Amino acid sequence: MIPYLALAAILFSIGLFGVMTRRNTIGILMSLELMFNAANINFVTFNKYVVSDGLVGQIFAIFIVVIAAAEAVVGLAIVLLIYRNWKGIDTDHFTVMKW
Amino acid sequence: MLEVDGGIVFWILSFVILVSGFMVVSLKNVFHCALALVLCLFTVAGLYILLDAEFLAAAQVLIYVGAVAILLIFAVMLTSKLADKRITQSNEQALVGFFICALFAVAAYLLIKFNTIWYPLAKSALPSDNILTIGKYLMTEFMLPFEVVSILLVAALIGAIALARTEKS
Repeated sequence: MIPYLALAAILFSIGLFGVMTRRNTIGILMSLELMFNAANINFVTFNKYVVSDGLVGQIFAIFIVVIAAAEAVVGLAIVLLIYRNWKGIDTDHFTVMKW
Repeated sequence: MLEVDGGIVFWILSFVILVSGFMVVSLKNVFHCALALVLCLFTVAGLYILLDAEFLAAAQVLIYVGAVAILLIFAVMLTSKLADKRITQSNEQALVGFFICALFAVAAYLLIKFNTIWYPLAKSALPSDNILTIGKYLMTEFMLPFEVVSILLVAALIGAIALARTEKS
C-alpha cells in the first residue's frame, strides 16, 4: 500500500504547487481538483488495506467527489462574475480588498 | 522493483497520473491544462479499479471527466482569450513554491515509509458486491449525509445561477 500512499502524496504536492503558483483562477481550481483526487486515492487505499470490513472509505470518497463538484460549480460562477467585472481572471487583477 | 498490488499496471497508471498532473500545473495554455486534467482524472479512475472500487471509478468518470472537466473547459472558453497563450501562467513564486512542494512530498514519503506502522484493522477482505454494499450504506447508515449532500447540491445550483446571471437594469 505504500506506493499508493506515496503516489497520493506526490499528486497532492503537485496540486499544492499549482495552487501556490498559478496566475489563472481556473488553473487554481484545476489544481484543487488534483488535491481532492489525491485525498480520494488515500481514502480508497486505506479502505482496501487497513479497514477492509466495510466500504466506509469509498462512501467518504463519493461524498468528496460530490462536494468537489458543487465547489467547482460555485467557483466557476464566481470566476465568470469576476471576468465580467474586471475583464480578466488573473489573480493579480482583483486586488480591491488589498490595502 | 517494489512489490505492489496491480504490478506493472500500477506503475503505468501512476506514471501517467504524475506526468499529466504536472502538465496541469505547468503548461502555458489553460485549455491544454484542462485536457491534461481530463487524462489525469481518467487514469485515477483506473487506479480505483485496481483498488477494487468499481462504483467509485464509474462515478469518477461520470462526475469528473463528464461534468467537472467540461465545466472547466466551458469556463476557459468563456473567459480567457486563447490567443494570449504566450503569457506565462505562473507567478514569481514559482521556484520557491516548487522547492516547498518538493520538500513536502519528500517529507510525506519519509513519514509514510519509516515513521508509521501500517497494519490491517480487519481480517476480512473487501465486500465483493461493491455496488450493493454502497447502496445499503447510503440507505441505512449514511442516510443523513446523503440527504444533506442533496440539499448542498441544490444550494450550489441556485447559488451558481444567482451569481452568474446578469442584472437587468
